[in-house]
Amino acid sequence: MEVLVFLIPASIFLGLLGLAGFFWMLRNKQFDDPDGDAHRILSSDYDDKPKE
Amino acid sequence: MAAPIAPRVAVCPTSIVPLPEQNIAATKPSLKADSVLLSLPTIHCAGCISTVERGLAAIPGVRAARVNLSLKRVSVDAKPSITAAQLVETLAALGYEAHELDPSLLSTAKDDLIGRNLLMRLAVAAFAMMNVLLLSIAVWAGADGVTRDFMHWISALIALPAIAFSAQPFFRNGWQALRKRHLNMDVPISLALILAAGMSLFETMNSGENAYFDAALSLTFFLLAGRYLDHRTRASARSAAQELAALEVPRALLQTSDGEKNVPIQELRIGDTIIIKPGARIPVDAEIITGETEIDRAFLTGESLPVYAGPTTSLHAGEINLTGPITLRVTAIARHSTLQKITDLVALAETSRDKYTSLADRAAAIYAPGVHLLALAAFIGWFTLSGDLRLSLNIAIAVLIITCPCALGLAVPAVNTAASGRLFRKGVLLKSGTALERLAEIDTVVFDKTGTLTLGIPTLIAPQNYPPDALKIAAALAKGSAHPLAQSILRAAKSADIEPSVELIDLKETPGFGVEATLDGTHVRLGRAAWVGANEAETTASFLKIGDQPAVKFTFIDELRPGVADLIKSLKALGIEVHMLTGDSPRAAADVAARLGITNIAASQTPQNKADLLRALGEAGKKVLMLGDGLNDTGALASAHVSIAPACAIDAARVASDIVILKQDFGAVSDCLKTARSSRARIKENFAMAAAYNAVAVPIALLGFATPLIAALAMSASSITVTINAWRVR
Repeated sequence: MEVLVFLIPASIFLGLLGLAGFFWMLRNKQFDDPDGDAHRILSSDYDDKPKE
Repeated sequence: MAAPIAPRVAVCPTSIVPLPEQNIAATKPSLKADSVLLSLPTIHCAGCISTVERGLAAIPGVRAARVNLSLKRVSVDAKPSITAAQLVETLAALGYEAHELDPSLLSTAKDDLIGRNLLMRLAVAAFAMMNVLLLSIAVWAGADGVTRDFMHWISALIALPAIAFSAQPFFRNGWQALRKRHLNMDVPISLALILAAGMSLFETMNSGENAYFDAALSLTFFLLAGRYLDHRTRASARSAAQELAALEVPRALLQTSDGEKNVPIQELRIGDTIIIKPGARIPVDAEIITGETEIDRAFLTGESLPVYAGPTTSLHAGEINLTGPITLRVTAIARHSTLQKITDLVALAETSRDKYTSLADRAAAIYAPGVHLLALAAFIGWFTLSGDLRLSLNIAIAVLIITCPCALGLAVPAVNTAASGRLFRKGVLLKSGTALERLAEIDTVVFDKTGTLTLGIPTLIAPQNYPPDALKIAAALAKGSAHPLAQSILRAAKSADIEPSVELIDLKETPGFGVEATLDGTHVRLGRAAWVGANEAETTASFLKIGDQPAVKFTFIDELRPGVADLIKSLKALGIEVHMLTGDSPRAAADVAARLGITNIAASQTPQNKADLLRALGEAGKKVLMLGDGLNDTGALASAHVSIAPACAIDAARVASDIVILKQDFGAVSDCLKTARSSRARIKENFAMAAAYNAVAVPIALLGFATPLIAALAMSASSITVTINAWRVR
């Protein structure tokens, strides 16, 4: 049972990592245009950075 | 005239020299200020996105263009010298319909913020719930002693901060309700969450057996999910409606000492001189200084034919200038214009409708006190029987958790999300959250005539019956006029493949009478009966006179909107009473009514009459659905139990109605009715299901057999069944 001392923090840490990832995505407006993003992969324009 | 312009330099970029490049760089953080928002109702694919973005980026001066496909919008970041009109033109050339949006009317930024905030809390609740449930499995599986306490302590460590953060919307709403001394659904929710967390912490500290951290977290999660769905449905309905309201960007051509200038109508002052081109809408109440024209008042009065207007005629905001350019003197500022006054009236009528209590609120009104009483009864009962304070409190809290309206919180939003999504795909926008519920209750339908039952566009009857020569000459003459009858002749000629290719000399329009010209030395005229020297006709007609030949009579009919005949048939089949209400003449009304088989007609109604009639029907206990499009209908639309407007309706009418139909075909109305009834049935089923779960779980809790496992099972199972049931909406 002692292994729990490592496993539980490890699982919580991984969960927190996912949560932080979600926050990052939310703050970067990745959920603002789901339809558009789904279609954009079909276009041949590279738009991985904002046009200046 | 020039004086008020100087201080506005910053807002009116066209009047100044374009800023030097480094200045633009300096103002970069406030990019929003000079970005233009355009609505693109027709974009739908990856090809559209790149065509639009590339096309716009190719315009010199445009820095960036970004399409949002979900909202069907493009935001363009451009130099101040670029106007929206230029961009719209470019897009039109690419084959996309575009409308400028007024960013001040769009509150999407705020909606986004609230939505993102809810999503963040939802994510935290989900993370905490999954971890705590994972730990709880060990406890359910039979861990005891130190291991159980250890698991409980870790759960507490995760759950307490998570609840404190995620459940804030409930705490806030519940507290607000309590301060106003009434109960809403958030009060029992908050109470259950706080008590569950507090009791579980106490049990953990005392090495107790049952901790309800997992139940408290799943409660938070499911309820937040309901809240988020609700918010999204509302926000998308609101933004769609605002997009429509913003479609006609209110700008006017102001005549100043140094030329003409395009300004927003809010900046017009009394006494300003404005120029209205043919085909444009009058932006504010004004009086004609020079020019003669014909005015389309259909939106204001329901009259299907235009009227003559000349110098000193007073015009009202919302009327359309048809034939000639006119110069106007502004007599009322935008805020005091007729249009705005009617909008204010509507706002008044709407406050009375806001008193409608939705099914969810009615359920909450019964449920919230019931839950509290039950928990209290459990506590008193157990305390008198056993005398054990801790046990009695535990049981009372278990009752509170198990009865907590988890499924109830999802029952309505899940159905509404499914229903509004379905209707959106059919071109129906729901503007009000309770629109579907109210629509499901109706037993009477009242239609406006011009623009609603009919398209409000005259159509030439049987174009093939006219001599082709006559049609050709008429069409050539008609090219010189924006009058609806002339436009209709032109359309008829085009669809009959007749090119209006005759050589006309001295083409001249006399507003209010007709068009005349010379053809091979012969005088030709197209217009009113008296003007061309023919006998007055009974029906809507226009006359063509070629030299001395007898006049040719073109007769028109106001064509029915597609889908209305079937709609009225299906309404009658459902046993719904159908009325027609119009500002037009009794003869025109009777004609349309006969074509559709409507027997209850009221013609020559003023806007006030219309609103009164709707109110009278309402007071007689009828639940009325009103369909209308004009300014004269807005009062009636707002007074009805529920109202629908077509997308081509005037702004004020769309604002006053609960549902907007984007397609020309009115077949969608019966879809709306079907979906409304189906979603009401689903909501009621969901309530019944939530009640059934409680009927099983409450006795268990009352008897003291409830464990965290049972609470978790009951809660998840009921929430999931309720959500699945919502998908059955048709």
